[in-house]
Amino acid sequence: MAGKRSVIPFGPQHPVLPEPIHIDLVVEDEKVIEAVPSIGFVHRGLESLVTKKDFNDMVYVAERICGICSYGHGYGYVDAIEHIMNIQLPDRCDHIRTILFELSRMHSHILWMGLMADAFGFESLFMETWKIREKVLDMLEAATGGRVIFSILKIGGLRHDVSDEMLKGFLPVLESIEESIRNCENTFLNDTAVMSRLKGIGYLSAEEAARLGCTGPFLRASGVAFDNRLRGYAAYGKIDFDVITSGEGDSYGRCKVRIGEIYQSVSIIRQCIETMPEGEVSVPVKGFPNGEYMTVIEQPRGEACYYVHASGKKFIERMRVRTPTFANVPGLVKTLAGCDLADVPILVVAVDPCISCTER
Amino acid sequence: MRVSKSPWLLHYDGSSCNGCDIEVLASTAPRFDVERFGIINTGNPKHADILLCTGGVNSQNKDVIRQIYDQMPDPKVVLACGICACDGGIFKDCYNILGGTDKVIPVDVYVPGCAVRPEALIDGVVKALEILDEKERAFKKEGKRSLTSSEYKALLEEKAGESETKEDTDASES
Ligand code: SF4
Repeated sequence: MAGKRSVIPFGPQHPVLPEPIHIDLVVEDEKVIEAVPSIGFVHRGLESLVTKKDFNDMVYVAERICGICSYGHGYGYVDAIEHIMNIQLPDRCDHIRTILFELSRMHSHILWMGLMADAFGFESLFMETWKIREKVLDMLEAATGGRVIFSILKIGGLRHDVSDEMLKGFLPVLESIEESIRNCENTFLNDTAVMSRLKGIGYLSAEEAARLGCTGPFLRASGVAFDNRLRGYAAYGKIDFDVITSGEGDSYGRCKVRIGEIYQSVSIIRQCIETMPEGEVSVPVKGFPNGEYMTVIEQPRGEACYYVHASGKKFIERMRVRTPTFANVPGLVKTLAGCDLADVPILVVAVDPCISCTER
Repeated sequence: MRVSKSPWLLHYDGSSCNGCDIEVLASTAPRFDVERFGIINTGNPKHADILLCTGGVNSQNKDVIRQIYDQMPDPKVVLACGICACDGGIFKDCYNILGGTDKVIPVDVYVPGCAVRPEALIDGVVKALEILDEKERAFKKEGKRSLTSSEYKALLEEKAGESETKEDTDASES
């Protein structure tokens, strides 16, 4: 006999969620019939700040769209302005930007591994992954001065150079990170208990994922090879890498893709360090931007777009950001419908939601 | 046995950019490890003694923060983590930011930084433990409770009435 329907509120303050999102779960017995998200807890109205802050200072605000993918947001904004102003960046700058981008992708994915471990109740694995993450943060801190918000980007290049010795010094650290990730990977992908929580949970087929407009590892886990880095912005055009996909389409596949991307990031950073060109890291910038441009980049969570419209004044007219999590919410709602109540935290975390980006 | 020997910590992300949140989480992870002080990260307000608030207050989450605060048992302390939670920070001029955490609930310790560094955070928590001790003493001896969020609101309104110049205390908010 089917039970009565009831509504269980999930969030905004919930133990597994580091961020506030509210989902009304309509359940019948233990099965979730429908999930209705409601958002707005982190909305700040950040895009409107462009009319109050100088376009150079907006880099700082753009970085603070989200503290986890802060580097990418800064990059997207700076890149849009640089295209409008027709600035040619030195090769060295592009390479260092790529290295930092990949380091921040690593830190984001490792952070996600920890949250995932926490979601399926494996506390010590959470601790272990966050311990590894500290090594990545150490590198970022050495290179930029900040642990999560870096402020090294400026329009026309980088605020300061990162020395070759320091970059060389990263190589052994990367190796040790790779090794520790390999240990964790074993637990994530081969442990029976973990597998029973992940395998077959939240299946999304390739067609469906594409139709719902999903992006990033969420899409790639369904077997669609789509990665904006292939467009070759920054130094990605000169680097050799493959898009990582998995055909599973469930939470296990999402784990696999993200772990694969950590190794991929390590390899990209290695290649960048090996081929690091000499030279300056910034060019002087004069005047104000005039025109419009849309930058599309691959953030750790997927495709992010930055639109800037400027009219030759100190303040730009409009900035618009479209973030990956926003694109992934329809996919999330789809996977939630029909799942067990106990799997809700896993499914939510498997998308790697970043509410702060989405709501800005 | 004093509460401060093993206080439980609750974290609420106001409208932060996540920068401070992950630093709060990082301070519970092995490198910084606030568990040294007997602190456990909990998700339940009714178990919590310390509330860590990150990010500014906006019109959507102000009632959530009030509710969480009111659900916590006495004695309790509130930490504002990051410059956003202290006074709005870089987002101060945004249309949907009312200000820091102290616009809706009383804050005991302000920890600045953007993002707040785990070291600073731990320092703040240790300060908060002293305050927690004091509050506990007062609570046990005289039954003194922390202000509820509605009492705090009334207090703010009173203050705003006293000094007309301080209009920005946001007392008019419903
Ligand atoms: S203080 Fe800075 S890092 Fe922290 S939430 Fe605010 S903007 Fe983000």
